[in-house]
Amino acid sequence: MTSLRIEHHPVLNFPERKIINFFFEDKQYQGFEGEPIAAALHAAGIRTLRRSPQKDRARGFFCAIGRCSSCIMEVDGQINIMTCITPLAEGMQVRMQKGHGVIKP
Amino acid sequence: MSRNTEVFVIGGGPAGLSAAYVAAKLGARTLLVDDSSRIGGQLIKQTHRFFGSSNRDAGIRGITIADKLQQDIKDVSDKLTVLENTAAVGFYHNKEAGILSHSAYERVSYQSAIVCTGATENSLAFENNDLPGIYGAGGVQTLMNVHGIRPGQKILMIGSGNIGLIVSYQLIQAGVEVVGLVEGSPAIGGYLVHASKIRRLGVPIYTSHTILKALGTDEVEGATICRVDEKFQPVPNTELDIKCDCICLAVGLTPLIDLFQQAHCRMVHVGELGGLVPLHDSSMRTTNPEVFVAGDASGIEEATTAILAGRIAGARAYESVHGKSPQAEEIVAEAREELRTLRSGSTGERIRWGRERVMKEVGEC
Repeated sequence: MTSLRIEHHPVLNFPERKIINFFFEDKQYQGFEGEPIAAALHAAGIRTLRRSPQKDRARGFFCAIGRCSSCIMEVDGQINIMTCITPLAEGMQVRMQKGHGVIKP
Repeated sequence: MSRNTEVFVIGGGPAGLSAAYVAAKLGARTLLVDDSSRIGGQLIKQTHRFFGSSNRDAGIRGITIADKLQQDIKDVSDKLTVLENTAAVGFYHNKEAGILSHSAYERVSYQSAIVCTGATENSLAFENNDLPGIYGAGGVQTLMNVHGIRPGQKILMIGSGNIGLIVSYQLIQAGVEVVGLVEGSPAIGGYLVHASKIRRLGVPIYTSHTILKALGTDEVEGATICRVDEKFQPVPNTELDIKCDCICLAVGLTPLIDLFQQAHCRMVHVGELGGLVPLHDSSMRTTNPEVFVAGDASGIEEATTAILAGRIAGARAYESVHGKSPQAEEIVAEAREELRTLRSGSTGERIRWGRERVMKEVGEC
């Protein structure tokens, strides 16, 4: 799908997966079903996942295993979702979290 | 809801899987929880071959070791329950713990707990170290070896320990250009065999150098590095700008210890083991007699030693529930002997020092 996806690897084989559509800031993108949201965004060339609440600094992922909370975003209206370990699903609405975000009932 | 188990294992990496396997194989009802969707811990992204020991996993890739451990636990499925996507969130008094599984909270009452929470990656202080494009070495491995995505086109590696060297090679295998490897010390930290591999592939190695800052406003566009003196202080007028779109930090790991503190285990700071670790004896028992430890949480080392320490903890946790057993004793004796071999020689020196300090503290040497 993009040049960041590894096509050939001397050791690993990546199985065929289903391509699905999702939205980032209302724009449509494609990713593989079940891969982490942050991985799909990264492959689509999106590295800034949110802005920091106090100094408005760009934030990307760091640890990729759900430890550091650098990658938290708003997903389908819910804030503080760790996108590096949350699987991507068809039609997901993903947004940058502004500040601390707003908890919706 | 609540669950009841004899042995409660937290963490499904090499240590936790081995501990759970041994405890269940010996006959203890065992529950293993792991917060990720796929057990195996960090082995599932390690495509390199392990040195191992003569009778354990020598020359085998990390991903193959993970498959093997996952197969092993299937043999004991009558005694062992595995919960993925489940995080242990707290210890209480009276041998109770809380777990969070798919947003549902449950209580677990156990007789012995084995905590194998592993470690978290260190960052490094430099200007702009929070920019998107600066990733931990483990994060880079996960992205590329588990999810099949390159972190970027050109990457600068910081740190020349074994992780920095191995991940540099894996990046090259994945088609990423490694534009340099920066090391503060005058000599490379990891094994020469790994360093020679990337040197042969033409990666510039900057020893006695450090990163001063990352360049770019919203994303990494490069880095400024400079020479350091014997006291690791930057030498003026030696700055060098390097173009890259990612910076990888391979500057060590710190044991994940929150749960031990909740369980009131006494902690000790040992630099050689990565920082604060729970005090434990050679049976991997902490100062809280119901809580055992194994793997990186007891001191940063590697997967083969984590497997062996996990086997010891699993056997001892079984015994603390069911009483002394000759089979458990045999497993412990065998694992201890293998650990001695693995930690011998000059490469195991730091670990031996660190472990000796822990053992002295508990009065075992």
